[in-house]
Amino acid sequence: MSGGTVRRRVIGLGNPYRGDDAAGRACIAELRGRLPVDLELIESDGEPAALLALLAGAGEVCLIDACASGLPAGTVQRFDAATAALPSLGGATSTHGIGLPEAIELARALGMLPRRCVVYAIEGLSYGSGEPLSEPVRTAVRAVAEQIACAGAA
Amino acid sequence: MPDRTLRVEQLTRLEGEGGVRLLVRDGRIERAQLRIFEPPRLFEALLRGREFTEAPDITARICGICPVAYQMSAVHAVENALGIEVSGPVRALRRLLYCGEWIESHALHITLLHAPDFLGYASGIDMAREHPDAVRRGLALKQAGNDILALLGGREIHPVSVRVGGFYRVPRKRELAALAERLKWAREAALETVRWTSGFEFPACDRDYTFVALRHPAEYPFNEGRIASSQGLDIAPREFEAHIDETQVRRSTALHAQLRAGGAYLTGPLARYNLNFERLSPIAQQAARAAGLTARCTNPFRSIVVRAVEVLYACDEALRIIGEYEEPEAPACELEPRGGMGIAATEAPRGLLYHRYRLGTDGTISEARIVPPTAQNQAAIEEDLRRFGTQFLRLPEEQLRQRCEQLVRNHDPCISCATHFLQLEVLKR
Repeated sequence: MSGGTVRRRVIGLGNPYRGDDAAGRACIAELRGRLPVDLELIESDGEPAALLALLAGAGEVCLIDACASGLPAGTVQRFDAATAALPSLGGATSTHGIGLPEAIELARALGMLPRRCVVYAIEGLSYGSGEPLSEPVRTAVRAVAEQIACAGAA
Repeated sequence: MPDRTLRVEQLTRLEGEGGVRLLVRDGRIERAQLRIFEPPRLFEALLRGREFTEAPDITARICGICPVAYQMSAVHAVENALGIEVSGPVRALRRLLYCGEWIESHALHITLLHAPDFLGYASGIDMAREHPDAVRRGLALKQAGNDILALLGGREIHPVSVRVGGFYRVPRKRELAALAERLKWAREAALETVRWTSGFEFPACDRDYTFVALRHPAEYPFNEGRIASSQGLDIAPREFEAHIDETQVRRSTALHAQLRAGGAYLTGPLARYNLNFERLSPIAQQAARAAGLTARCTNPFRSIVVRAVEVLYACDEALRIIGEYEEPEAPACELEPRGGMGIAATEAPRGLLYHRYRLGTDGTISEARIVPPTAQNQAAIEEDLRRFGTQFLRLPEEQLRQRCEQLVRNHDPCISCATHFLQLEVLKR
């Protein structure tokens, strides 16, 4: 926050080369040019220190990530992470077990969590090397982008 | 007393998947096994048939925490086969990139993975609620290391600008000047981290390790040096395989390394520190002494302090390199493929990382061998569990389990790197 304005960020997480894991980043691509200019659109590989720095510097964030919770592919779940911890969304697959839920809880423990923190989790189908998004996830990405664009963020 | 088996099925706060099994007989640990069940990665086979230029990018994918180490051992080994020696500013930039990786890897391990063991928390998140300043400082230190990787390597994880012969792009002086401001803060934060960790309580656990690390005539080792041991070994990297055997054991998908002349050995921060204390910069030596360390440290629990000293050194060394930097005329030297064998060893955050490649005359890789530090440290970690675990046997099961995990975490193993590699099982008979 600076000069009385709140920094607002939409952060898409994932690996662009691993199929549906790129869902969050694909959402950012969908949103380019569709949101107020003060809203920062950020793609992230989810590295925890960098992600915490992004959370710490914002007053409002919207995070989009792929998940593997066992629901049908393309299912979108929306969580208000400012008020409650994220449920397990398929286990941490990142290095040293620090995934998005752990990064959010670390930010909360450190008083660095933005006062508004919404998470969209898109259920993936396939995470193969070099694969494109699967059809159900592509559809879900467009729907999440539409929802964020209409709300002006989250 | 009946025999007893203690099992830690899935070790936490480590990279990768493994466990520990202890067999306790007559109140003593008879057998300690580090069980590595993460599936084999098959990278050496994946490299066969690829161009020599691809080795740094393929091997970087072995690890998201220490990709620079893989890139550095790969480029040095391939250059060794091609008869090239990189010098001047490009060599200095490689060292700077390695500083970044040590800072980010060590800061993460000290703060979120290892410190909770000493302060009595189940996780870094639990510890953060009551020690927020220390965790914020550790995360900001990690970010300073990330900044070096992002500037020199193009991004924080799996950097893309390293190539055989140099870099695809080298930074401008003004870019490094901006980085220096953050590193001056990081150096102070690292100094504070040495003080913080030195205040922890350390169990009385010393043993006469055989330490193995690179030694360089003038530098604390990153990229180059001879392979030395605390028992007098002093060999060129080319002689590694003549002195070190790798064997398969049923409990591990990672090969176990042993010195032909003397069994298990330890690589990593403790080994580097003990074999190279006098090569640390004055500020790092002073901080180590102020933290109660001497030039010799044989208590694996104190590795957290040694790691903090290495973070301080890496920040200081990075600032020295940046201060002396002159932009090179070219980011990389010209390469001509040729056949032959190339060998190199560099110092990953977790220890010695050995690469060997055989190249065909057209530069195609026909054979690759990679010996990561965690594979080399498995036998020493098992020996720590056997020697030091016994004194913890009278603890309640949960505390015993935690101590056993700590004995493993002391060495910051990277299971993902080692598989070709943790779960605690205690068998009592």
